[in-house]
Amino acid sequence: MSDIWLHPSVILIVGALLLPFMQNPLVRRPFLLAIPLLTFLQVLIVNGAPGTYGVVNWLDWFLTFGRVDSLSIIFSFIMSLMCCVGTLYGLHVKNPYEHMAAWLYVAGSLGAIYCGDYLVLFLFWEMMAFSSVFLIWFRKREQSQKIGYRYLLVHTVGGLFLLAGFVLRYQVTGGDYSFGQLDVDNPTLYTYLIGIGLILNAAVPPFHSWLPDAYGEATVTGSVFMCAFTTKTAIYAMARSLAGFDILIPMGVIMALYGVVYAVLENDARRLLAWHIISQVGYMVTGVGIGTALAINGTCAHAFAHILYKGLLFMGTGSVLYMTGKSKFTELGGLYKKMPWTFVFTMIGGLSISAWPLFSGFVSKSMIVAAAFNEHIMWAGFLLTLASAGTFLHTGLKVPYFIWFGKNNCSAETWEKAQDPPMNMMFAMGIASFLCLLIGVYLPFMYDMLPYQWAEYQPYTAYHLAETLQILCFTALGFFLLLSKLTPEAKISIDLDWFYRQGGSLFLWLDRVVFQTVDNWVGRIWDKAGILPLMSISTFWSWFDWHAIDGVVDGVARGVRGLGGQVRRLQSGQLQYNIYFAATVMTVAIIAYVFA
Amino acid sequence: MILVHLIDYLRDRLKYVIRACYVVLAGVAVWGSLVAYESHHAHTAMEKWPFFWSIFGFLACAIIIVVSKWYGHSGVMTREDYYDE
Repeated sequence: MSDIWLHPSVILIVGALLLPFMQNPLVRRPFLLAIPLLTFLQVLIVNGAPGTYGVVNWLDWFLTFGRVDSLSIIFSFIMSLMCCVGTLYGLHVKNPYEHMAAWLYVAGSLGAIYCGDYLVLFLFWEMMAFSSVFLIWFRKREQSQKIGYRYLLVHTVGGLFLLAGFVLRYQVTGGDYSFGQLDVDNPTLYTYLIGIGLILNAAVPPFHSWLPDAYGEATVTGSVFMCAFTTKTAIYAMARSLAGFDILIPMGVIMALYGVVYAVLENDARRLLAWHIISQVGYMVTGVGIGTALAINGTCAHAFAHILYKGLLFMGTGSVLYMTGKSKFTELGGLYKKMPWTFVFTMIGGLSISAWPLFSGFVSKSMIVAAAFNEHIMWAGFLLTLASAGTFLHTGLKVPYFIWFGKNNCSAETWEKAQDPPMNMMFAMGIASFLCLLIGVYLPFMYDMLPYQWAEYQPYTAYHLAETLQILCFTALGFFLLLSKLTPEAKISIDLDWFYRQGGSLFLWLDRVVFQTVDNWVGRIWDKAGILPLMSISTFWSWFDWHAIDGVVDGVARGVRGLGGQVRRLQSGQLQYNIYFAATVMTVAIIAYVFA
Repeated sequence: MILVHLIDYLRDRLKYVIRACYVVLAGVAVWGSLVAYESHHAHTAMEKWPFFWSIFGFLACAIIIVVSKWYGHSGVMTREDYYDE
């Protein structure tokens, strides 16, 4: 590196590589806590001095690993903080490779946030995909492997779009590979290619189905990490390069509503939360699309708040899964007596995502909605407000009601196993809950890190409070009046992943029915038309080899052997005979030479 | 645990809790309408209509549930082993 600048990801990568050697729990547990904390401290140190660092000259490229500016500061802060909380939550996990995967995943995210060019971005982008897939595979269920491969394939395709985009841009611009704001007012093919690469990771429809598929299947700890890093790193990359790209406004609004609709139909608590990631990231995508200072501030603030409350929600429902082995509403219910603290923590996450006053979502989400109204994009403002009612409906009401209240669907075994989780998980949820409240109550904690400090926003106005409380209270009324319609059903909902999942089946069918049939026919034809002439030719050459070549070789061999026999008989072994024959031959030779 | 006792206490008096909730709802709707009427923060004229955001919240909830369920039951929801074949 051009100067002494320790990239925070290096601490995580070195820690991840050392972790498998930490077998003793007395060493492993402090180590598990120390590495994320050191990373967080290093992020604070690095963020204290904005500038460009870690520029490496490699071949003809200048790779920038350390761009510290207002946008990377807020994202790196929350990512490294979430790494501490997530690792604490998973402290009991004995499989070192699960922690290793999680840390490499976070290292990838921090690397993408601090990078200054597309080459380094692509390196860390792929590192995120290839490490996070293990968080799905480590669930070790029958379907985990398939879901992991689907996740990997989708992200590989996304990565290829990104690669194609920035390579094309490099060619078109004559060598520009810097990672910065694109000319979104005059988009070209490479703008769209880069855009597709980024929005696939942000789970924007129609590229979203990987998210509930993967996050519903990941390990208990894995989903806590996954819900924070991939989509929000993508939002960072979009805020960096696609701010003000108009097309993102309708895409974000559709996304916010799409997630809400599928959350109504969902029976699995963690998949429901995954659908709400799509919905919440929709706000952020809209914010990027609006692109004003307030909108970008709102996007950053909402990503910041979202990482914590969504992590908290996944920790709460993950605790239920960890203790009972169940995550479906049709197999849970009435658990408030058995898991009261988990209920409290999950409820704090639910109130935060629902944007209740004093909770984090209230001070972040409204900034994006206000930005839409300020820009007179009324339809977006109203539809996002409508989606926020849906958020409270599901995450604030449906999840807590059908897990901790409602009809008790627990089996005797589930009920027996249900209790609040181990202390490390409780502490992690406690810390996340505290932070959700801190953000909502003490505004400078988050607002002082926002990239555009001059774009002021005050969430605690009488009007905003009145509007929000009316919407939330009457949403609750609607929930209880229509409760019977929300009774969970043990079903799955077909989504756009149908096309590639059934497309895969279609490929297998084609392979089995068409390609295999053709292959069989080719085999038969070959038997008749190919093998027979070949065998005839082979038989001829075998005969030729036996009678012609072997005949010559054997004849020569027999001749040599006969001559050898004659010579042998001439040899008596006596020296005088040898001298006699030698002298005779020499004499004959000399005579021949003289008289010839 | 106190929290469990508190929940049980409220569940035993569900009728009163529901009445209290209705009072809170009415209070929020009236207060919210008065604030909206006097506020300069409203983005559109219709936000000043009485109970606008209350009705908006209730309708939003009802529309989301009804439309989503209709969509789900139109063939989107299927058996859990659908992809296992």
